[in-house]
Amino acid sequence: MQDARLTPVLSIAGLISLWVVAALLTDDAQILPTPWALVPLAAQELASGELLRHLGATLFRVIWAFALAMMLGTAIGLAMGRSERLNRWLDPWLVIFLNLPALVLIVLCYLWIGLTEAAAIIAVTLNKVPNVAAVVREGGRALDRDLDAMAQVYRMPWATRMRHVILPQLAPFIAGAARSGVAVIWKIVLVVEFLGRSSGIGFQIHLYFQLFDVALVLVYALSFICVMLLVEWLILQPWERRASRWRTA
Amino acid sequence: MIRVDIRAKRFGEAPVLGPVGFEIAKGETVALIGPSGVGKTTLLRIVAGIDTDFDGAVERPEALAFVFQEPTLLLWRSALDNLLLVHPGLSRAQAVAALDSTGLAGKEALFPGQLSLGQQRRLALARAVAGQPELLIMDEPFVSLDAETAETMLALTETLIARHQPATLFVTHSRAEAERLGDRILSLRAGPEGATLD
Repeated sequence: MQDARLTPVLSIAGLISLWVVAALLTDDAQILPTPWALVPLAAQELASGELLRHLGATLFRVIWAFALAMMLGTAIGLAMGRSERLNRWLDPWLVIFLNLPALVLIVLCYLWIGLTEAAAIIAVTLNKVPNVAAVVREGGRALDRDLDAMAQVYRMPWATRMRHVILPQLAPFIAGAARSGVAVIWKIVLVVEFLGRSSGIGFQIHLYFQLFDVALVLVYALSFICVMLLVEWLILQPWERRASRWRTA
Repeated sequence: MIRVDIRAKRFGEAPVLGPVGFEIAKGETVALIGPSGVGKTTLLRIVAGIDTDFDGAVERPEALAFVFQEPTLLLWRSALDNLLLVHPGLSRAQAVAALDSTGLAGKEALFPGQLSLGQQRRLALARAVAGQPELLIMDEPFVSLDAETAETMLALTETLIARHQPATLFVTHSRAEAERLGDRILSLRAGPEGATLD
């Protein structure tokens, strides 16, 4: 048990060691600074309030896009998984949107809607919806037909059926889509910010890229990775453990 | 009174059921027997209203319960929640009493996966009778149980049917079970235009 808890810490320590070795071999702080060289820079950005402001802006966009993409993708995927007829109609759309480059959707959203917050969030949402739908569709196909019949016979209300019959069966698929979703969404948010926003981690990375300041690019990127690790450890993993408690009981 | 008047049931082009008609009075138990694959489960699903794609009509009460071949429980909810979610009008005390009546006293907090197959079937039976159904439908409720557990379940079902007095329609492969539980036995046999009753 202790080993299991220690393993991720050791794994991250190993990654940092590799970075240190690479930084020492490069021997050029402008190309790849050591981890400890970033600490004063991070403290400075934190003290000025800039880091928190931009982290907050990115987090706001990630949360909105994630929530919208999960809701829409789950609804579409479930409907496609449950109805072969609907699946035949929507499957070609899904293939097209799955293969549409993120950049195209982002640029089109900015062109059609303007350089606004709504356009940024819609662009990220539209990029993620097809992935969620594709994963949840498999869950919809795997739903237990007898449980459906049971819910029908006992006239369970729609909301009860969704909450207690359908969603628990979809939980592993939703968890998979959510985990990959968070990772993909924040990367797309960065592109959206890079291209058309004046706040957020992506905007700051764009700024320090133009100034060729690798250290501050790393400070901003790593700070958001830390936020996402916290989301993973404090929200996603406990939720997954709770949802799958019955499997290990 | 339950009235079943099926003229035909097909899966695509293949006829499954031909003309099948019968009635079940309140408190009467009818056993349905027949060879495997003849359409017994299909007939039950039509009577229950799960399958509505057939030619004919079924008169059934609103309050009905179905015991499936498999326990068909919510594996992610406790035994007690399996009753309360299906019958939201039931009080906690009534649900606990329903579990007690099927020999599941003290198992309220357990997940179905923590129960044996026999106990899961008891839970499915408790769920069925807890709602005071006017029509109880059971699809081979004692299948894949060892002889001793099957006998216990059979006795329990007898007791519960006698207590609640629903109209009961159940499928079995065992003539002994059919004769013991059933007031009447219907035999389904295959025919060129689908299965019909003897």
